[in-house]
Amino acid sequence: MDEILEILEKDCRASTEEIARMLKKKPESVKQAIKKYEKEGVILKYKAVINNELIKDADAEVRALIEVNILPQKDLGFDRIAERIYSFPEVSSCYLISGTYDLLLIVEGKDLHTVARFVAEKLAPLEHVRGTATHFLLKKYKEDGVILKHKEENKRIAISY
Amino acid sequence: MKNLISKKVQEMQPSGIRKFFDLVLGMKEVISLGVGEPDFVTPWSIREAGIYSLEEGFTSYTSNKGLYKLRLGISRYLESRHNLKYSPDEEILITVGVSEAVDLGLRTLINPGDKILIPVPSYVSYGPVAELAGGVPIYIDTKEDNFRLTPKRLKQYLHKKPKAIILNYPTNPTGVCYTKKELSEINKILLKHNIFCITDEVYGDLSYDFEHTPFPTLPGARNNTLYLNGFSKSYAMTGWRVGFACGPKEVIAAMTKIHQYTIMCVAITSQMAAYEALITGRKPVEEMKREYRRRRELIIPGLNKLGLDCIMPEGAFYAFPSVKRTGMKALEFAEGLLKEEKVAVVPGTAFGASYADYLRISYASSYENLKEALIRIERFLTKKGVSNGKKD
Repeated sequence: MDEILEILEKDCRASTEEIARMLKKKPESVKQAIKKYEKEGVILKYKAVINNELIKDADAEVRALIEVNILPQKDLGFDRIAERIYSFPEVSSCYLISGTYDLLLIVEGKDLHTVARFVAEKLAPLEHVRGTATHFLLKKYKEDGVILKHKEENKRIAISY
Repeated sequence: MKNLISKKVQEMQPSGIRKFFDLVLGMKEVISLGVGEPDFVTPWSIREAGIYSLEEGFTSYTSNKGLYKLRLGISRYLESRHNLKYSPDEEILITVGVSEAVDLGLRTLINPGDKILIPVPSYVSYGPVAELAGGVPIYIDTKEDNFRLTPKRLKQYLHKKPKAIILNYPTNPTGVCYTKKELSEINKILLKHNIFCITDEVYGDLSYDFEHTPFPTLPGARNNTLYLNGFSKSYAMTGWRVGFACGPKEVIAAMTKIHQYTIMCVAITSQMAAYEALITGRKPVEEMKREYRRRRELIIPGLNKLGLDCIMPEGAFYAFPSVKRTGMKALEFAEGLLKEEKVAVVPGTAFGASYADYLRISYASSYENLKEALIRIERFLTKKGVSNGKKD
């Protein structure tokens, strides 16, 4: 992977100047490379990883992993039905997977009932959906490579040869 | 009490900056650029291997030379990476870090009064350990050659009839690396004058501008060289204490004799973890290396801009700037910076008596910390009435 991407993936707030300095490149060429990545859709979005559990006044939110078994359509395979499903705003992620089930969804809602209602009223009745299995998430340990735990203190002694 | 302690140990010079170290250790919330080890923790797969070995009951001694599979792994690694062939049976010894290997090597070679060349500034242990072994260290000052050992300078010391030389590259504390061409010239001189080479290449994986050349890969060098390396810096495993020595079988056999009576063997948990490090491969190493290189591009220009003149280090994670233009001595500078701005650096005197105008600054610290440290150093200099390194 291009080092520019590697740096941005770790810290998307790193400025062009800073990346240029790190890699000994001209800021202009870094800027252009990033623009190109954005245009090509390699870089889709810049976002923060937030630990919801630490936000005390946050609207309680529940997430569920939902496995969906679907009947593929002639000529269109899974894509058409997947599109119908991932277009719901409640669906935050949608993957086609191998194994017993076909689609894996991550669905978010403000409480258990909202998610349950989404499954019962929106998802399950879809014509090509043959079955679903809902798993509510209880605790988030690690997400997108980030461990959601207070940073441990550096255990090195402060000075050594 | 004075008669209790051996003369040799009494004569050993305690580190002149011990007090400064105590001062640092007594302070809280310091940004430390004084650390001689990576700021990463050991990669998880390696730590896990250590834990698993304990679960499986690996709690015994190993053979004196170290676990055979670890020696075999090292042998294969050196061959595949550097085309360097050492037999795991007779030419590799697992040691407690490179530190023990330096001690064993010197004790194996030195007869009382033998002279050992040590280019300075150098890592702190070489001189004292050579003295303990009964040798006479002869320091080669490299200040005027941008901290590089040049053939010309080396030749000036040949009349002293040294038995061996200790090389260390990438160098702690300067970050200097040598190209193959430079090393070849040094090697020719050593071979011609029958000077044995102990080479400490523990930072060998951290060479940023050109490929690292292990000394024994040079023509004719293999049988005249003791090659020392370890897992500490490459795999962020300093606290595990695993190093290794590779050399001619007579030398390794002699070192093993001392090792078996003094150390017995390296802790088995550490050896098991080190083996995993070889298996896990080089991905974490390469990631760490890229990260250090990025930090280097921040800290070196940053220091030079502040008037702390500094060569561009080609490896390791140290900068070795001069404080001469500030009008302060290194210890005064380091103490002031610590007390006033809570940034810790190591005064150059730690690495050679004549380096009172230098600091060792370690950039094994996060990018954010380095940025903040540069701001604080600038503020410190401004308060002292020093701007751009010249006193107003």
